[in-house]
Amino acid sequence: MKFSYYPGCTLKTQGKDLDIYARKSAEALGIDMEEIENWQCCGAVYPQAKDEIARKLSAVRALDSAKKQDGKLLTLCSACYNVIKRVNNDMKNDENINLKANNYLKATGYLAEGDEYNGETEVIHYLEMLRDTVGWANLKAKVVNPLKGVKIGAYYGCLLLRPSSVLQFDNPENPTILEDFIKAIGATPVVYAMRNECCGAYVSLKDKEVVKKTANRIVNNAKANGADMLITACPACWYNLNHNSDGSLPVKYLTELLAQALGLI
Amino acid sequence: MNNEQAKIISELSGTNAKQCMKCGKCSGRCPMFDSMDIKPHQFVSLIAKGQTDKLLESKSIWYCLSCMACVERCPRGVAPAAVIEAVRESVIRVQGQNQLKAEEVPQFVDPEFPQQILVSAFRKYNR
Ligand code: SF4
Ligand code: SF4
Repeated sequence: MKFSYYPGCTLKTQGKDLDIYARKSAEALGIDMEEIENWQCCGAVYPQAKDEIARKLSAVRALDSAKKQDGKLLTLCSACYNVIKRVNNDMKNDENINLKANNYLKATGYLAEGDEYNGETEVIHYLEMLRDTVGWANLKAKVVNPLKGVKIGAYYGCLLLRPSSVLQFDNPENPTILEDFIKAIGATPVVYAMRNECCGAYVSLKDKEVVKKTANRIVNNAKANGADMLITACPACWYNLNHNSDGSLPVKYLTELLAQALGLI
Repeated sequence: MNNEQAKIISELSGTNAKQCMKCGKCSGRCPMFDSMDIKPHQFVSLIAKGQTDKLLESKSIWYCLSCMACVERCPRGVAPAAVIEAVRESVIRVQGQNQLKAEEVPQFVDPEFPQQILVSAFRKYNR
């Protein structure tokens, strides 16, 4: 099965591991990830102000490019998923944004006269691809190196889950997709209350002390519930939980553990 | 009272602050509560009352993470995060209000910093 793939800026630089192991694992699972051409950074935060158009255009271009391939856009970074899926929702449901974005893309020659983008593309997160296209049972059968006895805390953070009305990724208060993934690779999921709390995000640029508090709160809560490590799909979470906590709990990208379980590392 | 400004902010936010029933759940769920001088539920009630002066001076706008926990929890369908974002936009859209200068970035940056954090910080602090 083929998916158009949007890696995003961080997965080409500091978050390379998230991307490399995702591609290796997908290949082993029979999934073809085809990077879309000329993608631009999604902007990392969804612009909430109602009059924002320009800052949404890179996401619209990526969506339209996937529409012209196979109609599905695979994302992996939690921020790209969040931004692109919310912009897609605007293109589907917000007439004002839809009209202005389409007009702009036509005026700049990106869209041909008569062509329009109206939210047709389906935005899919890598985890959803594992669940719905590969399937947990099938994934489990392909695991050659089960992570037996490893207690893993799933760290969702905010971007995969909220706002749930738009993302519809999982139950925002009691998500299960990462726990199902952990079980499929043979490890034991550890459920803890702070798994859907925000890590502190961009505030770590200017106010590290504040983010040390949020990061330590999450890490301590996971440790108190018996976790040996945390997994995430978000480079900002990866950074904040590794570098702004006391460092007592390893935090890894979920794709690294996947590649390990599949015997690719 | 600055009703004109309140109206602009309200429209920019796209949320109806008048629906608020003052339950405080949004603030109760906010991970940045301790760092905020004005709390999320107060952003909603001040906008509903048309009072913007204090909001435009608030440091909270530089701490809101847009994590949407408040939005998810509001029983009345109000989006406190959108009000905070609309206030922040109203502040940085004024010339000279950018909070982050390119030349001061190196002092904050650690070599392991993901681009995602840099890009989002520039989006949050600057126009
Ligand atoms: S979006 Fe902002 S105000 Fe709302 S819970 Fe998150 S940090 Fe607090
Ligand atoms: S949760 Fe909603 S109703 Fe309750 S105080 Fe906050 S905005 Fe108002």
